[in-house]
Amino acid sequence: MKTDIEPTSSAAGSPSKVRTRSTGRAGDKIFLGLSRGSGIALLVIMAAIAAFLTYRAAIAISKDEANFLTYFEWNTGSSPMRFGIAVLAYGTIVSSIIAMLIAVPIAVGIALFISHYAPRRLATPVAYVIDLLAAVPSIVYGLWGALFLVPHLTGLYTWFDDYLGWTGILSYQGGAARSLFTVGILLAIMILPIVTSVSREVFRQVPKMHEEAALALGATRWEVIRMAVLPFGRSGIISASMLGLGRALGETMAVATVLSPNFLIETSLLDPGGGTFAQNIASRFKEAGNDGRDALIASGLVLFVITLLVNGAARMIIARRKEYSGTAA
Amino acid sequence: MSTVVDKNPARRASSLQQARLPGWAPYALVVVSLGLGAGVGAALGMGNPFQMGLLAALIFIVASYALGVVVEGGRQAKNRLATSLVWVCFLLAVVPLLSLIWETIDRGRTVLDGYFLAHSMEGVQTILPGGGAYHAIIGTLEQVGLAALIAVPIGLLTAIYLVEYGRGRLAKSVTFFVDVMTGIPSIVAGLFILSFWIIILGFSYSGFAGAMALAILMMPIVVRSTEEMLKLVPDELREASLALGVPKWRTILKVVLPTAIGGITTGVMLAVARIAGESAPIVLLVFGAAGINNNPFEGAQSSLPYYIYEQWQLGNEASFNRAWAAALVLIAFVMILNLVARGIARWKAPKSGR
Amino acid sequence: MKLQRKNRLRAIAAGALAVSGALVLTACGSDDNSSGGGGSDSKAASNIKCDGKGQLLASGSSAQKNAMDLWIKTYGAACKDTKLNYKATGSGAGIQEFLQGKTAFAGSDSALKPEEVKSSESVCKGGKAIDLPMVGGPIAVGFNVPGVDKLTLNAEVLGKIFNSEIKKWDDPAIKALNKDAKLPSLKIQAFHRSDESGTTDNFTKYLKAAAPKAWPHEPGKAWEGKGGQSADGSSGVSSQVKQVSGSISYFELSYATANSIKTVDLNTGASAPVQATVENASKAISEAKIKGTGSDLALDLAYDTKADGAYPITLVTYEIACDKGNKASTLPATKSFLTYVASEDGQASLKELGYAPLPTEIANKVRESVKSLS
Repeated sequence: MKTDIEPTSSAAGSPSKVRTRSTGRAGDKIFLGLSRGSGIALLVIMAAIAAFLTYRAAIAISKDEANFLTYFEWNTGSSPMRFGIAVLAYGTIVSSIIAMLIAVPIAVGIALFISHYAPRRLATPVAYVIDLLAAVPSIVYGLWGALFLVPHLTGLYTWFDDYLGWTGILSYQGGAARSLFTVGILLAIMILPIVTSVSREVFRQVPKMHEEAALALGATRWEVIRMAVLPFGRSGIISASMLGLGRALGETMAVATVLSPNFLIETSLLDPGGGTFAQNIASRFKEAGNDGRDALIASGLVLFVITLLVNGAARMIIARRKEYSGTAA
Repeated sequence: MSTVVDKNPARRASSLQQARLPGWAPYALVVVSLGLGAGVGAALGMGNPFQMGLLAALIFIVASYALGVVVEGGRQAKNRLATSLVWVCFLLAVVPLLSLIWETIDRGRTVLDGYFLAHSMEGVQTILPGGGAYHAIIGTLEQVGLAALIAVPIGLLTAIYLVEYGRGRLAKSVTFFVDVMTGIPSIVAGLFILSFWIIILGFSYSGFAGAMALAILMMPIVVRSTEEMLKLVPDELREASLALGVPKWRTILKVVLPTAIGGITTGVMLAVARIAGESAPIVLLVFGAAGINNNPFEGAQSSLPYYIYEQWQLGNEASFNRAWAAALVLIAFVMILNLVARGIARWKAPKSGR
Repeated sequence: MKLQRKNRLRAIAAGALAVSGALVLTACGSDDNSSGGGGSDSKAASNIKCDGKGQLLASGSSAQKNAMDLWIKTYGAACKDTKLNYKATGSGAGIQEFLQGKTAFAGSDSALKPEEVKSSESVCKGGKAIDLPMVGGPIAVGFNVPGVDKLTLNAEVLGKIFNSEIKKWDDPAIKALNKDAKLPSLKIQAFHRSDESGTTDNFTKYLKAAAPKAWPHEPGKAWEGKGGQSADGSSGVSSQVKQVSGSISYFELSYATANSIKTVDLNTGASAPVQATVENASKAISEAKIKGTGSDLALDLAYDTKADGAYPITLVTYEIACDKGNKASTLPATKSFLTYVASEDGQASLKELGYAPLPTEIANKVRESVKSLS
């Protein structure tokens, strides 16, 4: 199963020699044309999205009287438009970081639980359930977040405020817990499955020999994990986290239902306010005029670029790891 | 798992093994810390069972570490700490997920019945109970079906191109951009279709517009999973077929695809399950409707994710109940797709020649 | 080979099953909800003149959503051929969608701005968009303070509360107006609309007119005040008020009634504090003047009225359509629907929902305008 990449690349080579001989056949030509055509269609779609977003964004930014990157307000209704993404960038990044801080350790824990701790009888169904949970639609998380999670967090936040309020970051003034921190918690729950399943996959590939060698030296289970499993899986965990981060950055409806949006950067993470790129687009698009739409598209482009960078980085790490583990195995 | 290294053989004179906690100790500790957590929590006035659970978990971790240090020594204690942390992680993750499922089922079933499934919201005053999600179910089925009709052929053919033909720069860039496409936030896909199809080309809101956005999201998933499956097909099969003089396209259609069909179906179904729950582009594109509209190409439609969002926005008890019921329907739909897909995957797992 | 054929057969069977399943499904649903839901239907339906076929899209003000629901229900019961879709997206969004030609008419809580009328000329071939007042209503200030059932406030205090200058419920300014109430030392959670809304527009116009010092911001559809929390739509803010203790917000009375939220009495300077009721709002609306010209019937509301029993925070929600140049495909249905809405039957059914019917004089003009739509 694991060594499939090798033979296929040779496979792609060997039949292609046959192809040169069979070019005369009309069927082959048509089929090749069709499949290459869809490949190209895919490229065209991507190009269209990128080109179109850039084009509209350029129009919007040229009309923007304020600095697009650093301005703190979003006024697209008035005739000289003044809007900037500072608050959105802050909200998006902060909520995603909170989500990562919560989700990654727990996800790694669960992955270890499944691969190394749980009894077999438990591990398989747990892995299965975690995978299924990745399929729960985001709007359902949003509904649950807004109607169940938010009311249940006020207690926790008051407690935070009592003991950690002096930090300023975790002070809480009461009221509905519709803050960036809540968004972070919800996003953490949402990305947990994907981070878990990718890390689990990596942990499963740890060479058994390393683990057994460590055990034979008298290591405890924890020492085995620390010395053999985690170093091997480090890059895998990083790329899993970045895939999760990509999801968290672009999540829309769950954020839109849970957050109480405004265009302020609050010092406290627990107080309502802030916004994210995706949430801002979803809640403003319907009432934006043509210029306002372009402005939102510009913010969408920024989100697009950020997620591209994050996902690209994750893919690169995965690709490099593949090579590394390929030679090691 | 037994410890062979023994630094301290004198502790129990007769045994080569280090002192260990008895096997029942962790379980007893769980019970004790749960009790303590509840007790202390109640004493501190935490009304929330979740907070009490957290407290209990904390007590459990600390207590097991302390016990370990005292009885077994530092290394074993650390091991015990790691074990309990991993278990706590697991429980921490399971709690919200179970709560989500439980809440959805519990609140969804209050209105979920035959009437709900077979009626639309036409003529229902939204502040009163009544009505159903039939129109939304139809909308979802049609939109997802259309999206699949667009995305599956393109995705399949692209994957075939990449695996069977693709070399060179075109294939490389396609591979790269498929990766890029998997990362597109769904709202961006919605933005694209809305601006392009509705604003520039001037079409009106319709289920089809939503389906196109869904198709954009679905394509890369289909390509990826199909690619993986085609790569699993042993080369011997291809070579045997080609050696018999079968043209390449027939080889692909008659040998390669049938061999991988199970996995491909699974991939497609998982992709369908994934996009069926997509809400962001749908909210921008289908307008939403209270009545039944069987024609996805004309006029406003609803869809289950849209319906949930709409009912949540209405903000009264009756519509919250409808939202939960629709969420339950949606989850059930997605889960069934998932289960069936996985069933197919197991049933038709590629029997590789090795 | 044999195995493959079996597979193909199976695939075909599965496909056929899916298709036929879908066909069966499309046939078994029903739009008829007359048995469920209850409420008042079937009366007045006989007076409706149906016209036009197909789907009619409209969107806009969430303030008139509850009225719309009822109208659509009654209208739909009489006219089976027309299906009306009203989406409560907020006035701003409704006007945008109308100006883009996506909807047949828009619902809005504020009259069109001159530039909006101007840009409507591209949608209304040979005409322009006009405002047709259809229903009025009080904007209630709903609150959720434990232990307080009755609360009196005035414009100045309201302005300060929503501008985050008064932060606690036991503030002396509130105490001064409520001598008997047991006000807790609880933080005030003032909710405003996160979307652009005519409700916000009317509410801030009131604050600006009645307490210019306490409310220094320009009135508008987008919230300009300082601080506070926000939620989407009237339903959004009202459900927040329902859930959050110490909260206060503004929304149409119907949302307060539907969610059983307590509302603030206003000390307007009249002899006694005025309750947010339909009758009191009607009294204030009847003082309004028509400022629109021709068939446009935009109203000028008297926000600073001190008349006894007149509740000054009112809004009149308009339907916005083209006076000339409505799309041929939607015109008959639009006209027929609006005729019903403006009729006595249509107006009379609103009271129980917390809306104020139009004063007779204005209603007559609306009927004329609707008749002239083309």
